[in-house]
Amino acid sequence: MAIEPRTVRVKSYFVEPTQPFSFRAGQHVDVRLTAPDGYQAERSYSIASAPEAGGPLELVIEVLDDGEVSPYFHETAEAGDEIEIRGPIGGHFVWSVGDGGPLLLVGGGSGIVPLMSMLRHRAARAAESRALLLVAARSADQVIFREELLALEQAPNGPIVVLALSRDRADRAGDYARRVDREMMTELLERLGEPPRYVFVCGSNPFVETATQGLTDAGVAASVVRTERYGG
Amino acid sequence: MITRGFKGRRPPPETSGRIPPGQSLTTDFPVLSAGPTPRVDLASWSFTLKVGPKRLASWNWDEFNALPQVEVHADIHCVTKWSKLDTTWRGVSIDELLSAAGVAAPTRFLLAHSYDGYSTNVPTEDVVGGKGIIALTYGGEPLAPEHGGPARLLVPHLYFWKSAKWVNALQFTERDEAGFWELRGYHMYGDPWREQRYTGD
Repeated sequence: MAIEPRTVRVKSYFVEPTQPFSFRAGQHVDVRLTAPDGYQAERSYSIASAPEAGGPLELVIEVLDDGEVSPYFHETAEAGDEIEIRGPIGGHFVWSVGDGGPLLLVGGGSGIVPLMSMLRHRAARAAESRALLLVAARSADQVIFREELLALEQAPNGPIVVLALSRDRADRAGDYARRVDREMMTELLERLGEPPRYVFVCGSNPFVETATQGLTDAGVAASVVRTERYGG
Repeated sequence: MITRGFKGRRPPPETSGRIPPGQSLTTDFPVLSAGPTPRVDLASWSFTLKVGPKRLASWNWDEFNALPQVEVHADIHCVTKWSKLDTTWRGVSIDELLSAAGVAAPTRFLLAHSYDGYSTNVPTEDVVGGKGIIALTYGGEPLAPEHGGPARLLVPHLYFWKSAKWVNALQFTERDEAGFWELRGYHMYGDPWREQRYTGD
């Protein structure tokens, strides 16, 4: 396992599976930690790397103040450690280039992680259908993968990338300096320009509720919207 | 495999024997669902009991609420690794529904269907004999939409995805037919104490 900081509260953990491991963009793995007395703790973490990337899986872990597993990763785990994982898991919050587009991705905080796998997959396969990503965070420096996202946007057929920053300025045209809301969802649909074939929304429950209600109020069929909610 | 340096945070001693393996205690009530929360209008709400394609009985909201209700205290366990203790629900037992329909359980399996198109399978013996209800309230309040309101199936001894939100029908089936998550890699039965999370567990 290799470790790379992403933001002040988020690190990436690159895990090399010991057996052949194929997955679809959007899936997660279960991580199991075992104490010397046999006590075990398990958590699910989304994969950020693209399915065709080969090499290690990138798991992205945000440290939670009252957490059990995430503080272990942030404070104790070291490069070279072995970690028990199981997966891939999840057959609903997944997208492949063959599924087609347009694609609307909405991520709050670490909810960007499974969406990042989809965007990397899309770039690796040179998909041409339209895609738009909205990513919400408190500030620009807390947008996980910010530089890579902005680079992806500049690439041929790159996704439109929109930041919604609740406690920061919106420096780029088209970004927002506020939390997600209904009006924002309507504007995203206009910027995508075509009705989305798939919508993936990932984040905390209040974030997902706001985004999905805004989208369905704006006329998006509930059947094209897939959600993943974390926290509690 | 021992994880180097991992000590872990044990559940509080008073919860001993109540937290299944791999689960951790939460005092919140996290929300997990596959899509947007449907807003179900009580004026058009209905609940149907059927066997295969054949309707056995159905109720509108007022009729359903007029059925005798029971209170259930239970610990609940979500496959995403959280457990919540001492939850209180109120609703109509599956036994009561069968009795109101004037039938005995017609087959050994059933599928619960929901307003958002979700479905999940449960053996009949796991919802009769007081083991399952259609819950209408949680903690003394009408069930909130994000927690499955107006009504959800409650089968607390199985992983909580079996307790289908926004339920609108129970369909008895001859065979154990996979529902939404069961078709997507999750276990057909889902006993938290045996950690039956995924296919093959």
